[in-house]
Amino acid sequence: MPFKKRIRVTVNGVRHERSVEPRLLLSDFLRHGLNLTGTHVGCEHGICGACTVLVDGRSVRACLTLAVQADNAGIRTIEGHGNAQSMSALQKTFKRCHGLQCGFCTPGFLATIEDMLNKYPLESEGRIRELLSGNLCRCTGYQNIVDAVLMARDERAQAEPVNRQVEKE
Amino acid sequence: MASGLKHVGARIERREDGRLLTGGGRFVDDLRIAGTLEVAFRRSDHAHARILDIDVSAARSCSGVVAVYTADDIEGDVRPIIAQSRMRNYHPTALQILAKEKVRFAGEAIAAVVAESRYLAEDAAARIEIEYEPLESLVDPLRSMAGDAPRLHENTPSNVVVERTFARGEVEQAFHNPPVAVRERFRFRRKAPAALENRTYLADYRGAEGFLTLYTSTQVPGIIRDALVDCLDIPGNRLRVVAPDVGGGFGGKTSLYIEEVLVSVLSRKLERPVKWTSDRLEDLTATSHGFDEIVDAQLALDDEGNFLGLRADVIGDVGAYSLFPFTAGIEPVQVASFLPGPYKIDTYQGRVRCVATSKTALGPYRGVGRPVSTFVMERLVDMAAKRLGLDPKALRLQNLVQPEDFPYKVASGIVWDRSGFTEGLASACDAIGYDALRSQQEQARREGRLIGIGMATYAELTGIGSRLSASPGMPFNTGTETAHICLDSTGGITAKFGVTSFGQGLETVLSQVVADELGVAIDDVTIVQGDTAAVAHSTGSYASRGAVMGTGAAMLACAALKERLLRVAGLMLNAPAEDVTFAQAAFSAPHSGREISLGELARTYYSRQGAIATDVKNELGELSASRMYDPEWGTTSSGTHIALVEVDPETCRVKVLKYLLAGDCGQLINPRIVEGQNHGGVAQGIGAALLEEVVFDEQGQNLTASFMDYVLPSAVEVPRMEQVHLDLKKPNTLGGVRGMGEGGTIGAPAAIANAVADALAPHGCEVTELPITPERIFRLLEGARHQN
Ligand code: FES
Ligand code: FES
Repeated sequence: MPFKKRIRVTVNGVRHERSVEPRLLLSDFLRHGLNLTGTHVGCEHGICGACTVLVDGRSVRACLTLAVQADNAGIRTIEGHGNAQSMSALQKTFKRCHGLQCGFCTPGFLATIEDMLNKYPLESEGRIRELLSGNLCRCTGYQNIVDAVLMARDERAQAEPVNRQVEKE
Repeated sequence: MASGLKHVGARIERREDGRLLTGGGRFVDDLRIAGTLEVAFRRSDHAHARILDIDVSAARSCSGVVAVYTADDIEGDVRPIIAQSRMRNYHPTALQILAKEKVRFAGEAIAAVVAESRYLAEDAAARIEIEYEPLESLVDPLRSMAGDAPRLHENTPSNVVVERTFARGEVEQAFHNPPVAVRERFRFRRKAPAALENRTYLADYRGAEGFLTLYTSTQVPGIIRDALVDCLDIPGNRLRVVAPDVGGGFGGKTSLYIEEVLVSVLSRKLERPVKWTSDRLEDLTATSHGFDEIVDAQLALDDEGNFLGLRADVIGDVGAYSLFPFTAGIEPVQVASFLPGPYKIDTYQGRVRCVATSKTALGPYRGVGRPVSTFVMERLVDMAAKRLGLDPKALRLQNLVQPEDFPYKVASGIVWDRSGFTEGLASACDAIGYDALRSQQEQARREGRLIGIGMATYAELTGIGSRLSASPGMPFNTGTETAHICLDSTGGITAKFGVTSFGQGLETVLSQVVADELGVAIDDVTIVQGDTAAVAHSTGSYASRGAVMGTGAAMLACAALKERLLRVAGLMLNAPAEDVTFAQAAFSAPHSGREISLGELARTYYSRQGAIATDVKNELGELSASRMYDPEWGTTSSGTHIALVEVDPETCRVKVLKYLLAGDCGQLINPRIVEGQNHGGVAQGIGAALLEEVVFDEQGQNLTASFMDYVLPSAVEVPRMEQVHLDLKKPNTLGGVRGMGEGGTIGAPAAIANAVADALAPHGCEVTELPITPERIFRLLEGARHQN
């Protein structure tokens, strides 16, 4: 029997306790262990960003993370952002701006952008494009994704004009 | 349910997005069938070698392994798969499911391990021992063509597997001392389609029923079904091929792949569900590549700049196998047949040779042939303009097929129907402010900046009907598609299609058409596609055909269904069917004093016994209609792209500062989706022009088999784009639709190449090779420096 380690994780608010092989990737754990197949794997070597999820609020590549590293962490996957009837603000701007085509890269983009929106003021389109450059999309040419980020940023600024963390550089 | 709005032409939000944005997409790797086994392959380390011995004994005894297969173990389970073509001088090569005596490219599958999980299958695959006798790697197509080169396939007379010539007019005469001539050797380097979703196949064979279901990330479920029927010897009514959500394709998912066949064979052998999911390394080495040609081309002109003749010699590096069904000819032959492009060129000779090499097979990639032909032709035009001291815009306008010349038969035989060639160029130049841009460039040049303006004009044939074949000489019908539309007993409308979506948004587009034809709301229509159980015959989505064929089939089927509905409504309203009107999902007749909704009609017809006379029901049957649409010849899409770029003389990096395109794609069904297609196509074209290149070393090893080394454009490299949609007379296709999914990749490489050449013009450099990477620009500038 291969060696297994017991881990506890909270995913989208639900607690799970599982025994996993130390080599099991977090992406495989989420997809095949917990059946949360919205997290996608596009390259399994850390370049495309399709597998990005939020671990304790930070965007993390699930294909470069071992499930055991997520022990005791709180994880948010795409399934935790909102459902078709009650989408998150960002999901809505993606829909309005046609920010997705095949949708394979989309869960990763949403996680990255949520993190960006929380951390940075995103003052310019150039800055947004730079921050998006760790996520690849082969379908959209990025323009509508950028527009969706701009719209989400402006909506947020209207909703909470003062309460915003300032970028430290 | 009624809807007075017209959906066609409106910027409607996509229906797909609800599921795709919330993790509810169903890609093949997301499907779960209890008891599924997983496959891992052991692939060749050599590009060209004889297999002396395969030892799988250690792998067989690994934990979790159910079985290990080599070619010998599946002998007799599959009939040979050979892509046929009626082209003369085409020499087909059979696919090998698992390599038997020889491997012909690094990454070819040799053995397959089936285990309880992918992790365990990979553990075992690593323990397979293979002994090879290396043979000469055929990396350079010019070497592979040579008489003394070893042959890759024993059954072909040489490594030239396709040879074809297109000719019209007196070419020798045109090139005998022409007043002006430009000639050059162009090189367009190999690309990978690189859809973000890797290929995945899940086969589920049920022994008791003898029924196989294959879930596959393909663009062509109909083609796959028909091919598997033949090679697995399972009747078509016991073989269902399903392409659920597909994460991009771009041509890379239009071929029948050996992995697809193998999971089907193994599921039948083991009577268990069997799945294989490619990783990115396998994708970049074993999914078809695109665009790999050397083109020697020359253009002759008179002193006024009128094109006198065009001549080209195309050598296509087609890799190791001729893929089913589009063959090794599809890409290079289209380079030669489309080379004259949208120009009036009466005298043309284009010769093409497709050369087998020990590399990954070449297949269709978005644009097929035309990105390369447009690159070559548009570069020649710019070089000629420079020679003549003319503006590139003026030289183009003068030589394009003019509005009064349509229909125009290209020297290679293609016929252009009326499309906005000159209008596209003129409106692109207007919209970007071409003249002002030129003066800004003058100014910038004086400041020593390397700024360039490049344009590219192209035409493409879309929605090809049955009078032509989607790939040269391909002996089966790609010219029709089917729609089946049904009103069920509750009043629900379900529309089933053969055309499939790999992310373009066809579900939205087709529901817009059906909603308008039936006068209902878009949400009242359910679309079924990507399932061979839906219609009797289909092929899939490729060659910019989905919207053209799907719209036509939908319109025909809706009209036929409406006729039936009107007859039933007439009986219910006591009026002749001719007098019944159907608007906003309800039927009425003069003096009947009432309206019948679709739902009421359906319930009455199907469920209220005695409401409709038995003989009428016996005759009419189900309230559904199925129609096939065949646009016969197809229709011409065209466009002009303009790029403004700056080359940094220090880093030799190219930055795209501005990008605009103007296109004629006929009736826009959903402008938002059209624009998105162009955004994505242009981004791929920019990748092809500046970044992307599959590189093989002399041994035939792929050096770019990860996203670290095969560089896709990110949000930083792709600029914001502006678009102009021409509003001209619509084509004769039903609905006036032209296909447009490939225009982006066709126009962009040429526009960028011309812009970079224009930026480097002060140094006297020409761009002849793509991608034009910083290293290549550095070499060009160095070369220029040494010459001066
Ligand atoms: S799958 Fe994790 S970065 Fe590509
Ligand atoms: S939408 Fe297809 S990869 Fe981004």
